[in-house]
Parts: sequence; structure tokens; C-alpha cells
Amino acid sequence: MEWDWNFVWQIMPTLLEGLKITILATALGAALAAVIGLVFAILRMTAPKPLARATSFVVEFIRGTPLLVQLYFIFYVLPDIGIRLPALLAGVIGLGLHYGTYAAEVYRAGIENVPRGQWEAAKATNLTGRQTWIHVILPQALPPMIPALANYLIAMFKETPLLSAITVLELMNQAKSVANSSYRYIEPMTLVGVFFLIMSLISVVFLRFLEERYARVEER
Amino acid sequence: MAAPIIRIDSITKRYGPLTVLDGLSMEVLPGEKLALIGPSGSGKTTILRILMTLETISGGHIEVDGEQLYHMPRNGGLVPADERYLHRMREKIGMVFQHFNLFPHKCVLDNVTLAPMLTKGVAKAEAEKRAMELLDMVGMADKAKSMPAQLSGGQKQRVAIARALALSPKIMLFDEVTSALDPELVEEVLNVMRKLAAETDMTMLLVTHEMGFAHDFADRVLFFDRGKIVEEGKPDDIFRHPRQERTQTFLRKILAAGHRL
Ligand SMILES: Nc1ncnc2c1ncn2[C@@H]1O[C@H](COP(=O)(O)OP(=O)(O)OP(=O)(O)O)[C@@H](O)[C@H]1O
Ligand SMILES: [Mg+2]
Repeated sequence: MEWDWNFVWQIMPTLLEGLKITILATALGAALAAVIGLVFAILRMTAPKPLARATSFVVEFIRGTPLLVQLYFIFYVLPDIGIRLPALLAGVIGLGLHYGTYAAEVYRAGIENVPRGQWEAAKATNLTGRQTWIHVILPQALPPMIPALANYLIAMFKETPLLSAITVLELMNQAKSVANSSYRYIEPMTLVGVFFLIMSLISVVFLRFLEERYARVEER
Repeated sequence: MAAPIIRIDSITKRYGPLTVLDGLSMEVLPGEKLALIGPSGSGKTTILRILMTLETISGGHIEVDGEQLYHMPRNGGLVPADERYLHRMREKIGMVFQHFNLFPHKCVLDNVTLAPMLTKGVAKAEAEKRAMELLDMVGMADKAKSMPAQLSGGQKQRVAIARALALSPKIMLFDEVTSALDPELVEEVLNVMRKLAAETDMTMLLVTHEMGFAHDFADRVLFFDRGKIVEEGKPDDIFRHPRQERTQTFLRKILAAGHRL
């Protein structure tokens, strides 16, 4: 089979439509994961024991099952109990929940890495709990978390093709549909790969930049 | 005689099965410079940490500056203090740690101004002016814009002292503030402490293994062993003529280990 540039230009608009959805799903999923992760982390670290345990169980459960199964569950099983979600929303919730558990772990590790002496110095200088979090703990805990969080963002991005399984018209789904209707797979699938590669490369450069930047802040 | 500024009344501290302090009582007068000495594990740090409310107590009462520290009055009785009450009590007390615990993400000046601005609402300009005076006092004014990571241990500790002083506490607690330092850096910190003792009427509690310094610095020395005060008295009496055998053994050991008197 020959590479057909004409076909490439013909399917490009459709694929770009899909790419837009892929990026949108990644961005919303990441935002949701960041928030859900924070909730998980706070519950695990500060809630009363039973609630903290329950949270740990939920986190382990979500982490121990495949994202694809969770997506099916949210999109195809929840309607049985009356919860009907649009495909994209279901996908974003799936991504957010799944990666929220990873974010929670990053948050927890980052916060626990701040030495106990910092909490004590804050107390000895009479800062309130809130002031301690805002002015002492988070400024030290957050920068080292950024590379790890960005890594998960890239991983999440590369897992968005799973959303095609629940009818989200993201990049992979669009590519499949143009391939299926034209019986040409080489161009759409190559382009999907190239798009993902380009996005990943950009992200990696951005990630290096973040790592550099936050390393410098520490040294200043 | 003035009323004690600290009144510790038979406090008990347990960590699980381990009883660290068992019915300890002691009093400190306003302006007094007190040195706490004793073998490792005798509970010296624990007492300072309890006074800074970094620990909880398992029993007993502590009064600081006329008010209960771990209990607050409620309906004519006393109930365990809540966070708001503790916050108000902490204004009276400052602490300098063995390992400095400076805020590494803030420059020297910001380390000193942070708490006065946040907890007392002092305006930035005023906080910085006062901070510069204190940094000057500890000989660190020229490093005001440096980050803690760029300082030596002795410099960090002098900044930590300025940070604690910035809140003008009535009571300052010093927990082995020179023992994490290289030997050649000890003296610069001790000099600051001497100056502080001479120039202020703050009440100071000092835990130290520097017997020579304790001798010069303190009005009164307490020798601790296993969570109890074994002997107390004027520095000359404790160091030159200890009466208790445990004190004698301790001093002999620590002097043999190369500490000066
Ligand atoms: N968080 C803790 N959990 C359990 N045990 C503790 C804890 N903190 C202190 N201890 C124990 O309490 C006892 C007293 O400790 P403390 O730190 O007050 O001694 P110290 O007199 O300051 O000793 P050093 O001279 O070594 O600093 C020790 O036996 C110590 O192991
Ligand atoms: Mg100690």
C-alpha cells in the first residue's frame, strides 16, 4: 500500500477535530485529577481513622483495576441506576478518578517530605494552621511534586485513546472511523502516532523546563 | 520576690509505655537564666518541647505568666486548651532548635519578618526595620538577602535566634543550639547568647552540653536524670561542688570527654 498525501490532507480536518477532543479530555481530566487527588490526600492524612481507611480502600481499588473497566462502568453500567452521562463527561470523570489516585500519592509524598522541624518552627513562631500550610509547607512541598505530576499528565494523555471505547470522538476514534470507511489504515494510524509523539515531545521539553525552573528556585 | 513566670506542677509525659517525665515540678522566675543539664535521654528536650506546646502532657499542670498553658478556664473549672487558646499562649514563648529549622524557601530577612507580619499584623516596612536591627545584633545584617542554604551552621543559628526574638517573647527556649555546629562555629553563636543574656531581661531556658557556657550564662543550673531533677543550685555549686553522686559522675564523664568548664 502506497502512502497517499492526498488522502492525508483529506482526513486532516477530521483528525484535528479528534485531537481537539483528546486535548480537551486531557486538560479536564488533569484538572479533575488534581482536585480529586487533593481530596484523597487530605482525607487520608487528616480524616478520622475510619474515613481515612475507607479512602485508602477506594484509592487502592481504583488503582488496582484497569481504566478501561472503569470507563465501561461509568458509561455503560451507571445508566442502569439512572445516572446517564455524556460520553466525554464520563471519560473525563474516569480519567480524573483514575489519575486522581496517583496525584494523591504524589501530594502525600511531597507533603511528608517536608521535615517535621518545619511544622515545629511554624508553631514556635506562632503561625496558625492555615498560615503554616500556605507560607511554610506548600511552598516547599509543591515544587518537587511538579515533575511527578507532569509525568502523570503525559501518561494520561497517552491513555486517552481508551475513551474511544465509550464513543468519545477523540483522535483515535476519528482515525478509526476514517480508516474503517476508506479501508486505508496507514495514513490515519501513522498520523495518530505522529500527533501523540509531537505532543509528548513538547510536553517533555516543558517538563524539563519545569524541573530546571524549580530546581533554581531552591538554589536562589 | 516576684512570682514565678513558669510554674510546672507535677507533670507527667509518656510515650506509649515509656514514662519520660514522672511528676516533675519546677519554677522559673521572670528574667532568670536557667541551664538544664543531664545525660542523654533524661528528658531535657522534652521539657522545652512541652513548654513550646510541641508535645502534649499526660498529666499535671503548667502555668506560664499567670495563665494555664495546657488548660483553659471554663465555667469555673479547667478544661483542656483548644487551639485558639494555645495560639494566644504561644505568644509568650519562643524557641531555638538544635537544627535551626529555618524556612529554606525564604531569604534571611523574610525568615525573620514572616511571623511578626502574619501573627501580629506588623506592616512590612516596620517588620523589616525591626528585623534588620535584630540581624545586626546577631551579626547577620549583611546576609539579609541570602538564602538559608548559602549560610554556615553558625550563621543559620544566629538567624534562627533573630527569628525567635522578632516576636518579642517573654520566655526563650534554647535546645542545644550549638551541638549541630562544627566546633569552630560554636563560639559565634555563644557570643550572641551572652550578649542576649546581658542585654535583655527575657527569661531563658537553655539545654546544653557546653558546661563552660552553662556556668557563665546561667543564674541557676538544674541537673536532670531520668526525668527527675537530681540537683539544682548556683552554677559554682553545681559545677565545683556537686553534692549528688549522679551529678558528680555525669560531670566527670562529660569533662573527660573533652568538654571545658
Ligand atoms: N517522639 C518520641 N517518641 C518516643 N520516645 C521519645 C520521643 N521523644 C523522646 N522520646 C524519649 O524520651 C526520652 C527523653 O528524651 P529527650 O529528647 O527529652 O532527652 P534529652 O535529655 O533531650 O536527651 P539528649 O541530651 O540526647 O538530647 C528519651 O528516652 C527518648 O528516647
Ligand atoms: Mg535533647
